[in-house]
Amino acid sequence: MTSPVLLLLVFLGVGFVVLIALVAIYNGLVNKRVETENSWSQIDVQLKRRYDLIPNLVETVKGYASHERETLERVIQARNQAMNAKGVAEQAAAENALTGTLKTLFAVAEAYPDLKANQNFLGLQEELKSTENRIGFARQHYNDTVGQYNSALQRFPSNVIGGMFGFRPSEFFKLDVAEAAEVRKAPQVKF
Amino acid sequence: MAPRRIAMQPTFRDLIAANKRNSLLLVLGFCLFVPLVAILLSLGLLAYLSPSSLRHVNVVQALAVGGVAAGIALLLSLFAYFGGESMVLTLSHARPIAHKDDPELFNVVEEMAIAAGIPVPSIYVIDDTAPNAFATGRDPKHAAVTITTGLRTKLTRDELQGVIAHELSHIRNYDIRLMLLLTVLIGTVVMLADFFWQVLNFSTPGSGRRSRDSDKDGGGPLALVLLILAVILAIVAPLLAQLIQLAVRRQREYLADASGVELTRNPLGLASALRKIDADPDVLKVANRGTAHLYIANPIKKFEARAHTAFASHPPIKERIRRLEALAHETHVDR
Repeated sequence: MTSPVLLLLVFLGVGFVVLIALVAIYNGLVNKRVETENSWSQIDVQLKRRYDLIPNLVETVKGYASHERETLERVIQARNQAMNAKGVAEQAAAENALTGTLKTLFAVAEAYPDLKANQNFLGLQEELKSTENRIGFARQHYNDTVGQYNSALQRFPSNVIGGMFGFRPSEFFKLDVAEAAEVRKAPQVKF
Repeated sequence: MAPRRIAMQPTFRDLIAANKRNSLLLVLGFCLFVPLVAILLSLGLLAYLSPSSLRHVNVVQALAVGGVAAGIALLLSLFAYFGGESMVLTLSHARPIAHKDDPELFNVVEEMAIAAGIPVPSIYVIDDTAPNAFATGRDPKHAAVTITTGLRTKLTRDELQGVIAHELSHIRNYDIRLMLLLTVLIGTVVMLADFFWQVLNFSTPGSGRRSRDSDKDGGGPLALVLLILAVILAIVAPLLAQLIQLAVRRQREYLADASGVELTRNPLGLASALRKIDADPDVLKVANRGTAHLYIANPIKKFEARAHTAFASHPPIKERIRRLEALAHETHVDR
């Protein structure tokens, strides 16, 4: 084999390998970005789960504790407010308020032994507790995926590819100082 | 607002990165090991059957023969192991359960699946008072997690969540697939060694020699050396392969612990669960040597005593608990 031909083949070979690597990096970034979008919508799925469980809970409690109308109405109002909230800050505050009304409701239910023994009620209590956990884990997972995506955008060589094709970093789910103070306030349990 | 961190204490992310590096090195080593064994054994056979033709063998031929031998053995091993996995659940008498049978368990598993970003695996239960658990499935889409009724009743929600997080981490780290691959590689090595012995057994030295070669033309000292090397290798290689697999297995157990913490952000949950499992006197009836390696803690109690040796399928439980608790201290420092 003559040496210019050999040289050309080596050059083409190297070029091919580099091309494959570039494609792999680009696709990797796309996958990471899609994962962040996916995990963001997962948070909404879990929030919606909570909204869907509440009417069932209210009906069950009404059957045993019809005198607690005020408490039940507060729960329904808080739920509607949370469903209509816009923007991360407003939603976070509304979710916190909803958690507060639910805590009051469960505290009130302590006084009704028949209700406490009701299988439906217990089932709903477990489902709501699990939903709180799921919302937390969904947010945690979202932040994990954002961390991986943003790190890739800063690391070499994916930062070069990212810059070339217009990949932007995503935002972490976090609350700024004022919102954080609001959310971290212990929800009021009113009687 | 960077958290203050004690320099010497690893975070769970450091542990995860270190683990993945180590397993990669071990697996690469193994993948190089197999063709090497094939080549050496083939040369050994050649030395035995036809020492004089060793002089005519060049590197390319040696590689080709080794490659073909390794390839055939690999294919045969693959066929042997493909159906193996669905058998595990049947062998362990695991029964599937539905959401309504145990909502809390389902919720714990679904919460961890959300934290991990994988589809929810199927859930199976083994009726046994000994607390233990394992995960199966080549990838997250076809996965199952199995726990004993003992585990379900003896652990708190946090502890249960720690165990489930550990099992789901095995699934999302593709540990089951990795272990299957290593088992296939071991099978290949064992098969090559076996083939070597068979040929040695049923043939006479120098029988491959062509009649034209003169009797004085032996392979000389080279042939003898190769033959001896091959014999040693045929004895040692299967053992070495086993040791590598066990080393990888132990690494992946530590990795699953750390990955589990990434999900729960609560190292003490799993630590506490491991303590309970270690202290529990009940013995899992369905476990045997074949399935023991799959469980979260070695169900064959007497094997825990040799947990510090190279032959252990699991790392020592006390060490796992220690590492988890070290992570807990690390988290507290951040506050």
